[in-house]
Amino acid sequence: MEFIRRSGGRTVPQFCLLAMALAPSLARADSILAPVGPVGRGDSIIILDALVIMLAIVIPTMIATLAFAWWYRASNARAVYRPDFTYSGKIELIVWSIPTLTIFFLGGVIWIGSHKLDPFEPLPSTAKPLEIEAVAFDWKWLFIYPEQGIASVNQLVVPVGRPLHFRITSASVFNAFFVPSFGSMIYAMNGMVSQLNLQVDKPGKYLGFSAHFSGDGFPDMRFDPVAVPPDQFAGWAAGVKGARLNRAAVGALLKQSRAVKPYAYKGVDPTLFDAIAAQKLPPGEGPQSGRSGPGAQNVVPHGGAP
Amino acid sequence: MSAAEFTTAIADPYRLGHRGPNLARGHGGGGPATKRVIVGYGFWLFLLSDIIIFACLFATYAVLADATAGGPKARDIFELDRVAWETACLLASSFLCGLATIAVAQRNQILTQAALVATGLTGLAFILLESSEFAALHAQGFGPTRSAFLTGFFTLVGCHGVHVTAGLLWLGTMMAQFYAKGFRPDIGRRFLCFSMFLHFLDVVWVAIFSLVYLVGTRL
Amino acid sequence: MFGKLGWDAIPLDQPIPLIAGAVVMLLGLGMIVWVIAKGWFPYLWKEWITSVDHKHIGIMYVLLGLLMLVRGFIDAIMMRAQQAMAFHAGGYLPPEHYDQVFSAHGTIMVLFAAMPLVIGIMNFVVPLQLGVRDVAFPTLNSVSFWLTATGALLVNVSLLIGEFARTGWLPYPPLSELRYSPGVGVDYYLWAVQISGVGTLLTGINFVTTILKIRAPGMTYLRMPMFCWTALASCLLILAAFPVLTATLAMLTLDRYLGFHFFTNEAGGNAMMFMNLIWAWGHPEVYILVLPAFGIYSEVISTFSSKPLFGYRSMVAATLFICIVSFCTWLHHFFTMGAGGDVNAAFGISTSIIAVGTGVKMYNWLFTMYGGRIRFTTPMLWSLGFMTTFVIGGLTGVLLAVPPADFLLHNSMFLVAHFHHVIIGGVVFALLAGIEYWWPKAFGYRLDERWGKAAFWFGLVGFYVTFMPMYVVGILGMTRRLQHYDVADWYPWLLVSAVGILILMGGAACQITQLVVSFLRRHELRDTTGDPWDGRSLEWATASPPPVFNFAVLPQVQDAEAYWDVKRRAREAEELGGQPHYAPVEMPRNSPTGFVCAFFATLIGFALIWHIWWLMIVGLVGAYATFVVFAWRDVPEYVIPAEEVERIDRADRQARQEALSGAVTT
Repeated sequence: MEFIRRSGGRTVPQFCLLAMALAPSLARADSILAPVGPVGRGDSIIILDALVIMLAIVIPTMIATLAFAWWYRASNARAVYRPDFTYSGKIELIVWSIPTLTIFFLGGVIWIGSHKLDPFEPLPSTAKPLEIEAVAFDWKWLFIYPEQGIASVNQLVVPVGRPLHFRITSASVFNAFFVPSFGSMIYAMNGMVSQLNLQVDKPGKYLGFSAHFSGDGFPDMRFDPVAVPPDQFAGWAAGVKGARLNRAAVGALLKQSRAVKPYAYKGVDPTLFDAIAAQKLPPGEGPQSGRSGPGAQNVVPHGGAP
Repeated sequence: MSAAEFTTAIADPYRLGHRGPNLARGHGGGGPATKRVIVGYGFWLFLLSDIIIFACLFATYAVLADATAGGPKARDIFELDRVAWETACLLASSFLCGLATIAVAQRNQILTQAALVATGLTGLAFILLESSEFAALHAQGFGPTRSAFLTGFFTLVGCHGVHVTAGLLWLGTMMAQFYAKGFRPDIGRRFLCFSMFLHFLDVVWVAIFSLVYLVGTRL
Repeated sequence: MFGKLGWDAIPLDQPIPLIAGAVVMLLGLGMIVWVIAKGWFPYLWKEWITSVDHKHIGIMYVLLGLLMLVRGFIDAIMMRAQQAMAFHAGGYLPPEHYDQVFSAHGTIMVLFAAMPLVIGIMNFVVPLQLGVRDVAFPTLNSVSFWLTATGALLVNVSLLIGEFARTGWLPYPPLSELRYSPGVGVDYYLWAVQISGVGTLLTGINFVTTILKIRAPGMTYLRMPMFCWTALASCLLILAAFPVLTATLAMLTLDRYLGFHFFTNEAGGNAMMFMNLIWAWGHPEVYILVLPAFGIYSEVISTFSSKPLFGYRSMVAATLFICIVSFCTWLHHFFTMGAGGDVNAAFGISTSIIAVGTGVKMYNWLFTMYGGRIRFTTPMLWSLGFMTTFVIGGLTGVLLAVPPADFLLHNSMFLVAHFHHVIIGGVVFALLAGIEYWWPKAFGYRLDERWGKAAFWFGLVGFYVTFMPMYVVGILGMTRRLQHYDVADWYPWLLVSAVGILILMGGAACQITQLVVSFLRRHELRDTTGDPWDGRSLEWATASPPPVFNFAVLPQVQDAEAYWDVKRRAREAEELGGQPHYAPVEMPRNSPTGFVCAFFATLIGFALIWHIWWLMIVGLVGAYATFVVFAWRDVPEYVIPAEEVERIDRADRQARQEALSGAVTT
């Protein structure tokens, strides 16, 4: 994959641009321009490429606008007034071809990038990906590790250096699974399974959340992922304690709740994820009472800050 | 061609951005159109927008056609005999409306009213047949809430039915206007719109008949 | 008796909406009482409420749009304040309320502020530029306006009675389905938008018919002013896109009211379909707003550069190009749904192709200024502000159209910054420029330049200070619609953004002051000639404000710049064209149909929101009866005698003759 291979060494202009066009604080952790995996690097390089391509015509246009406006001000006696200059075939040709060529070029970037960085595409790695199943509830995330037979709520632990293969669905409304430092986001949708392939190269704690508004508890759908070396991951997985995740446990998750503290399950019903995705379980319950009909006041009053 | 025009033609051989006088005719320089054209044209645009609503409903129906959620499929519930009668009624209604148009052109009050009554009766027959179809489905538990497929079906066909019902209401006021006001030009223009509306409903029905019913029973 | 409506619908436990709603209601009632006490009601009823004059309807649209712009702006201030206060804290708005605020902000700004302003300016300007006396269907025009007002009213009623949607400005199911939004909020949204949407659709029909079928003699398609072309393109888009909105909202309504399964999680419903349908309307909607804005810039830049528009045909082509391509791009609103490389790439490319049309326009404006004599009036400043701002908004837009970039930026504050960049920098700047530019035509006096320029600088600076930090927090990973957060890196930027909105408030204050000051100084600022800017199209060929019939005699158009051509000939001959032959003018009679019909629409909407079925039936019967009564009238028009036409026109000609001799002697 070209974009991913190139990501090892950024080109000089891209670095200059990063330094120049954007404030220094952007390079801090959790910036999408400081990715910790190949997918994030591929995405952010495309952002910078596209930015450079477009700035190449946007900046001259802005300068020309201001320059023309200033020079041809009515009070400037030296500027030549040409009220009949209303058409020039040459200018029209240039005017149509500059944006066309730019878009033609950019179209190539789009076409290649869309295919190479399609979230469904497996990463080019020899290692077998770690399978993770993610389910969005109102308003928390459930992560199932089918191979390890464990699951966790609002807590994502991943090994570094190994591809991750996510299968993502929602038990209630739309959400989006997003870890800015890792790379691409993808929607979690009821009745559908979306896939996401990621890889993390640097251990650390990152920002993870839902990137699609899903109701009143949406700001607390945080699952700040932790990336650890593979042996630590194995140790974590083996040491997880908790109840068994079965249909009854999912039934409890279907109730709305906000700012849920992370906890884990040991032992997972292996058919569970597919049952949720195939709508074999009832969907999330929604609010239980409220203003003007059964609605507005929530039964689980969490609210406020975490 | 004047000298000035000739020079511009030389300077701008492809006439890409040229703004000079239009030498060709048919560029819409004739001033405002007549009222009949304006009204007909405006209503025609309305029908186009209505077609887009139907297009959305057709598209949704196509998407949801397989989402039967364990309920009946299209071929389990469609009765082509009844639909054939419905079609006959609606087409007859449209034909009779055509006769009414001729009667209006002749300014013949009795013939106009008679043709419009016939148009209305056949339209009403269509609505009754369709209602009985819907009622029968509902009685079997196959109402629009049963599955997404039935939701799509009832909405598409029902939307057409609502249009026909609105058309019947319009027909009533149209007859009253002819009766009370006679064949005034403004009422004539309204009748033009009404007949377009009725024929348009036919066109939509033809699409429903073939894409929903005929294709549905074959699948 | 009253369906779901009960005393618990009044938000007695929430002081902010309660007080806001009460203040608005008291102000409204106070206004009504004042108007009646002063004895102005008959004038208001005859000249405005029942008026079918496109100029009056246009002005009422603009007034409605400005009021809603203020309402939406207050929402914006609340949101910025909340995010500035909600770092490691709950802020002052609970999520239930904050979610309503951002949903209302989006809905109001797009559908009840920007749309009425755009349509209002179109209403006022298009018939004048085409050199005709009114639109194709004047009464329908009044119906359109009042239905839009109904929608705006319903949205604002939700402040005090019940709640508004908590789903975002586009109510994505399943969140907007009954299961997850059981309150009346989404119902308010659905009926308000549905009713005003019908009004907009009727406007689209009206203006396409007007522009294609009713133009002054000699006004061929390629002699139409650029604004008319963009209005035509915009109305064609309305015609093709708004039915999709109607159908989509109707489906969601059926789901919520009758238990259908279009978009539900149960029984095979498909929520993804909603996203496709709503954006098949939503994306063209952006161009419905921005194309007329481009038209306004074309008029302003050409007039104040004292030059014809450069590359007119190219501009027409670019407009129609954008008009068509805007229908092929909707999927870029959900690249992250996982449609696969081919689909994403195709829509990414089709989206960036639109930038070709926009780029062409940008360069043509640039070359319109080239070789011009530029007067830096306030409308021209807004246009220059637009040209430099919009390219950045376009750039970030094309960036978001690149699927891998969108995988990181989708739904982020970067996206929020982008669409405000194009909507404010593109549409709002144009509307302010347009109001300033055509104000003398509408009211007979110019607006104060000093306050206008102050408003421009405050607006421009405030805009950048508010929205540039949003790009930064977007890149720092911040997603939109967060009621609170605990990421320290975001906090300072959100504070800067809150300062920006303070500057914007300064701009708004200057803008309001400008209107007040100009009104007080209206005698000094009087426009006697009807042509205060040395304009080029036909609206400047009649008096300011124009007589009810617009033109005493329909102008004979002989050039693409109809009025410029007339002026040139007049200057050469040092006199106006010959005395025209005056004939009696037939004008449509006023009609309360629109108002009455909207009254019943309000009843129907309110009844449906609260499930008051008897009231709904009353409303439906009333609306039908209104149309029958309208159809029944015998005299739809009245005649202005030729002498009256001549008397009015003579005053205008005299002022112009004086201005002409003045220009010749100096």
